Amino acid sequence: MKSLEEREEVIELETDPYVLNIGPHHPSTHGVFRMRVLFDGEVAVDVEPMLGYLHRGIEKLAETRTYTQAIPLTDRLDYLASMTNNVAYCMTAEKLAGIKVPERAEYIRVILSELMRVSSHIMALGFLMNDLGSLFTPLFYAAREREKLLDLFEMVSGQRLLYNYMRIGGVSQDVPERFVKKAQQFVDEFPGYLDEIDNLLTENEVFRMRAEGVGALSAEDAINYSCSGPVLRACGVNRDIRRDDPYSIYDRFDFDVVTGENGDVYDRYRVRLEEIRQSVRIVKQALRDLPGGEVQTKHAHFLRPPVGEAFSRIEAPKGELGFYLVSDNSIAPYRFHVRPPTLLNLSPLRDMIVGWKLADAILILGSIDIVLGEIDR
Amino acid sequence: MTVDLRVQDIAQQIGERFPGAIEEASADSMVVKGEFIPSVGQFLKDTPRLDFDYLNCLVGTDYSDYIEVVYILESYKHNHRLVLKARAYDRDNPTLPSVVGLWRGADFQEREVYDLLGVTFAGHPNLKRIFLWEGFEGYPLRRDYL
Amino acid sequence: MEIALFSMDEINRQLAEADRWETAEIGALMDIAQEPIPDDLDWLNEEPRNKIIGWGQGKSTWGVNFGLACCAFEMMSSAFSRFDQSRFGMEIMRPSPRQADFMIIAGTVTWKMAPKVRRIYEAMAEPKWVVAMGACACSGGTFTSSYAVVPGVNRILPVDVYVPGCPPRPEALINGFIQMREKIRLAKQK
Repeated sequence: MKSLEEREEVIELETDPYVLNIGPHHPSTHGVFRMRVLFDGEVAVDVEPMLGYLHRGIEKLAETRTYTQAIPLTDRLDYLASMTNNVAYCMTAEKLAGIKVPERAEYIRVILSELMRVSSHIMALGFLMNDLGSLFTPLFYAAREREKLLDLFEMVSGQRLLYNYMRIGGVSQDVPERFVKKAQQFVDEFPGYLDEIDNLLTENEVFRMRAEGVGALSAEDAINYSCSGPVLRACGVNRDIRRDDPYSIYDRFDFDVVTGENGDVYDRYRVRLEEIRQSVRIVKQALRDLPGGEVQTKHAHFLRPPVGEAFSRIEAPKGELGFYLVSDNSIAPYRFHVRPPTLLNLSPLRDMIVGWKLADAILILGSIDIVLGEIDR
Repeated sequence: MTVDLRVQDIAQQIGERFPGAIEEASADSMVVKGEFIPSVGQFLKDTPRLDFDYLNCLVGTDYSDYIEVVYILESYKHNHRLVLKARAYDRDNPTLPSVVGLWRGADFQEREVYDLLGVTFAGHPNLKRIFLWEGFEGYPLRRDYL
Repeated sequence: MEIALFSMDEINRQLAEADRWETAEIGALMDIAQEPIPDDLDWLNEEPRNKIIGWGQGKSTWGVNFGLACCAFEMMSSAFSRFDQSRFGMEIMRPSPRQADFMIIAGTVTWKMAPKVRRIYEAMAEPKWVVAMGACACSGGTFTSSYAVVPGVNRILPVDVYVPGCPPRPEALINGFIQMREKIRLAKQK
C-alpha cells in the first residue's frame, strides 16, 4: 500500500456550496438573530445577517410619549445594562433643555453605570464560554456574581432587570444607607471571585487554541466600519469616551484604558476581563467621595425644551451609545433616534467570519456580544 | 475633549473647492446639496488637517417639506467633530447618493433609513429592507403614516 | 449516476424565492390573527383523569425555551442556582421542540417572528401546553400600539398560563409553573 504522499494522482472531491440558515430560534445566537451562511465544505464563504425579528418600533412609539414617559422605553434597548441607556437619554434631554444635574446624582450615576458595566461584561464572558462548549459551568459562576449585583440594584430601584431609575435632571430617589455599605462590601470581595474565574479560564490551553487568531479584525477596518467599545479596543485603537470626551464627572476619576493587540476573540475576552477590574476601581473611588445633597433638579412636569436638536453619547458596556433628539417645543420629542453600538459592531461580521469554519463562526458572533433589543429597537 | 469645529471655516474651504455645494451653514451644522455629498465626504476624509475617518451616526428625519439625513463625522487623530446634513426634497421618490464607499459603517444605517423613511441611496450595494419584511407597505417613520 | 450541481445563480434565485415566501407567510398569518384565540376553561369542570398519569406528567416537564427579549434573562435566572427551577422538575430547557411538553414564550413577539413561533408550536408533539411570560406576551405590554408587534401571543397560539410582569420575577415564573402543573394534573386527555 502506498502512502498518501507516494501516490501520483490525488483525487480532489468537488464540493457544492450550500446555504445553512442559522435561524432565529437558536440557542447560541444570543437572541433572535438570523444568519445565512454559504459554506464550501466546512469553510464559510459568505455571510448575510438578517435582522428585524425584534423590531418593536421604539422610535415611532417615543414620538407619542412625553420626554419622561420615554425613559422606560429606553430601558428595553440594551436590557442587560439598562441604567446606562437611561443615563445616555437623560444626558441628551438635559443638553437639549439646558438642565444641570446636582453633584450627588452625578456620583450615583457613575457608581451605578460602572456596576452595570461589571454585570454586563461578566455575563458576556459567561455566554462566550457557553458558545465554546463548556456548557454552563462558567455561566453559573458568572450568574452567581451577577445575583449579588442584582440585589444591589433592587435595593436602589425596586426592580431586578429593567429599572427606570434615572430621570431628566438627576435620579428618581435617593439611595438607601445600606446600599453604600453593601456596595463597599461587594467591591472588597469581588476581585477575589474574579481571580477565581480568571485562573480557570485565561491560561486554559483549550480556550487559547480555539480563540487565538480567530476572527481577527485590523484597526483600520474597525474604524472604517464604525466599531466601538471592546471590539475596537481589542484591535489596538486606544479610544475610550470616558477619557477622550469626558461626560458627567469622569474626569475626576483615575482609571486605565485597556487595549488588545490582534483584534481576535481572545483579545476581546481579555479586554472585557480587565475592564471589569477598572470599573471596580472607579466604584471604589466614587464611594469614597460620595457627597450629600439633593438628587434631582426640579423642572416643569411636562418638559418643553426649546426648538433645536442634540446628540450626545456615552461609553456603554457594548460600545458608544448615542441619542439624537429633535424638539419642536412640544411635550413629546419630534424625532428620537438611538445610535446602537451593537448594530455597527456587527457591520464587519462578513469580514470576520469568511474563511473560518462553522464552530468558529458561532464563537465570533458570541465574542461581539450582541443584544437584539438594541440592534432592532 | 471632542471639539466641535467652527463650521464657518470648513464651509469656506468647501465653498472654494466645490462652488455651489453649500446650501446653508449655521453655528452647529452645515447643509450640503445632495449630489455633492460623496465628493465633500472624500475631501473631508483625505485632507491632512481634517482627517474625518469615522462616521459616528447617520440619521434621517421627516420634516414636512423635505427629508433630512444627518451625518455626524469624527476624527480619531485630532479628536474633533463636524455635522453635515443633506436634504431630499422630492416626497414621492427621495434619493441621495450613498457614502458606503467612504465609510463602510454606513451600510446598515442607510438600509435603516431606506426601510423606515423611504430614501433611496444610489450606489448602495445591497439596498433591501432590514427591519421590516419585504412586503411591508409604507414607511413607518414618516409623519403621515397611520 | 448524475449528481445535480448547484451554481451560484441557482442558489441566489432560491434565496430570493425564500424571502418572498417569508413575506407571504407573514401576510397570511396577519390575516387569520385578527381575534385572540379564546382560552380553554373547561378543565375546571372536568373529572380528573387517571391520577397517576396526570401526577407524573406534571412533575417532570421538559420545556422549549423560546427566549426572545428581556424576559429571557429572568427565565434563565430561574434556571440558575439561586431560584433553582429543577427542584420543581423543570430540569431540561432545551431549544428543540420535538422532545418538549410545554413552551414558554418569553418576550415580545413581532409579526416578522410570528410564523416561526407558530411553526415551533406545530412541531411539538401532543400533549402540549403554552406559558406566556411577561406583559409583552400576554397582551403586547408597552408596545401594544406599535405597527410591528403582535398584541398578545394568544392571537396565534392557544395559551394555558399567563404570567404577568415586566419582567416577572423568577419566583413569579415558578408560581406559573406550579399552576401549569395543576392544570396538567386535572386536564382532560388531549
